Amino acid sequence: MIIPSAALAFSALLRNKMRSALTMLGIIIGVGAVVMMQSMGGGATAYVSEAISGLGSNMLFVLPGTQRGFGQMTTGVPFFTLGDLDAIQHQAHDVALITAAGSRVERIVYGGRNRSSAVGGVMPQYFEIRSWGVSSGRLYTSEEERQAASVCLVGQTIVDDVFQSQSPLGKDLRVRDKTCRVVGVLESKGAAVGTDQDDVVFMPFSTFSRRLVGNDRTATILASAVSTDRIDEAKEEMIQILRRRRHIAPGDDDNFSVRDPRDLQAVLQSVMGMLTTLLAGVAAVSLVVGGIGIMNIMLVSVTERTREIGVRLAIGARARDILTQFLVEATALSAVGGGVGIVLGLAGAWGVASALHVPFVIPGVSMPVAFAVSVFVGIAFGVWPARKAARLHPLEALRFE
Amino acid sequence: MASPTDGRAAASPLLSLRGVTKIYGQGGAAVRALDGVDLDVSSGEFVAITGASGSGKSTTMSIFGCLDVPTSGEYRIEGMPVQDLSGDVLAALRNTRFGFVFQQFNLLARTSALENVAMPLVYAGASSRERARRAREALAVVGLAGREQARTNELSGGQQQRVAIARAIVNEPEIVLADEPTGNLDSRMGEEIMQLLTALNRDRGITVIMVTHDPHCAAYAHHQVVFRDGRIVSDTREAA
Repeated sequence: MIIPSAALAFSALLRNKMRSALTMLGIIIGVGAVVMMQSMGGGATAYVSEAISGLGSNMLFVLPGTQRGFGQMTTGVPFFTLGDLDAIQHQAHDVALITAAGSRVERIVYGGRNRSSAVGGVMPQYFEIRSWGVSSGRLYTSEEERQAASVCLVGQTIVDDVFQSQSPLGKDLRVRDKTCRVVGVLESKGAAVGTDQDDVVFMPFSTFSRRLVGNDRTATILASAVSTDRIDEAKEEMIQILRRRRHIAPGDDDNFSVRDPRDLQAVLQSVMGMLTTLLAGVAAVSLVVGGIGIMNIMLVSVTERTREIGVRLAIGARARDILTQFLVEATALSAVGGGVGIVLGLAGAWGVASALHVPFVIPGVSMPVAFAVSVFVGIAFGVWPARKAARLHPLEALRFE
Repeated sequence: MASPTDGRAAASPLLSLRGVTKIYGQGGAAVRALDGVDLDVSSGEFVAITGASGSGKSTTMSIFGCLDVPTSGEYRIEGMPVQDLSGDVLAALRNTRFGFVFQQFNLLARTSALENVAMPLVYAGASSRERARRAREALAVVGLAGREQARTNELSGGQQQRVAIARAIVNEPEIVLADEPTGNLDSRMGEEIMQLLTALNRDRGITVIMVTHDPHCAAYAHHQVVFRDGRIVSDTREAA
């Protein structure tokens, strides 16, 4: 009975193509949105994870205040001094390299061209920690760092835009009202979501703090552990040294935090988890709305086709045949809607992924789940109209005008 | 299959109504559509039921066709009382023993003639090949061979009623119930439909029960029943 019912259902739906399509829209949008968001979320996670692992697995950040998550930064806490760096450098045995890292956006000028770019003040160790080299020229030296030499490194975007793709080596670049000589061009890192990692100028931290900032405190310390498996020890050492230097009494909370890429992963995971929960809520609402749409149309359809139901009953359909027919119609609507939604969601996610240059991820679990849920919605919201149809009295249905 | 008609009493008429009353509605608004009707229909008869609107002829047809049940009295098919049967058994009876022809044709719009005719076979559980074959045969019987794929809205009224008759006979029922089959047709097409019903009755031995208020149509039948106010006022058979 199911097979002819399915054929009947599809031919009934095809007789009303426009209405069927509009009815499916709710389910299409619901399922499409879920699949698209899942795919994009997966892509963003993959992208960020890759970026984080690209930072180097034994990297550590020290930041002022305690950050328990996004938007929960404590304010009014002291920045770090060069003395803090020295202390860590000399006392922490599991810390290999350490650098201060400052950054601000400045106007940079060469010839008649100018641009607003990120200007970083970092010690030469920074490039070693991040395994970042030059594509031409050289990095600046510890000697230049000590002397606060007016030298700088530029990213590829600066070369392309400000220097018009000519070699910047040996040229004098103006950063705000100060001048520095370009000694090297950094290897291209490519674009991240929304930020161009090559749109950057680096100069020695000493030069940066004296000439651009006016003091030598730093908001960020970057360090590397001697090896990946000593990362927790390195972290603990840094915490103890900084607590001592800041005279934090035992039992009091740190007013700084030491993080490594695994912490970022954890934050990312919790954000994605939140997003997924939120998404499931949105999906549930849109599927319920879509289901109500199907129920609505099925009720209209049952009323409209009352005479047809009467005829079917007269020629030998049992009540359960009528029930099956309308239930299968509702389920066919939602299943086709779910299928179309999945395809459109994937297409949308693919489009966004290629536009933003993030990986395209096919959400493995959510596709069958979304499909199953849409089929379930069809059955759940089709039951009432189908029962209504099946309970019609044959004679009254035949006489219905 | 064990049919509910097994074990029929010999010599009982094909269809029989005894003291049948049908009341629609309740209390003061109750309408007594049938008021003690006794009527027998024998196998192979061509019955015409006539009478004014509201005289009870359509109600009688509905009861004959198992679409409705009497409020009181008894309806028997080959001696078997119908009132105790379940909905599914009644559906099976409608499917296998009766064919219905309506004044409004009641075909599925935008659907081919073949699909319309095959519809009862779906509920009889026939395979799709079987359905197509028998629907084709039925369409040939009503003179619509070659129009199988025509959609019902592309057919004339007379042709649509022929499709409806093909649908009524596709399951090879013993009884065709026709409720004002010519009511929506002009006299020439009506004539054709009457010829067709006559041929089905004469050549295939199908019992035809027809409601009409056209005396000309009624004249085709051998058994004339006249209703007035829910009662039979005249019940005459032509000598065979």
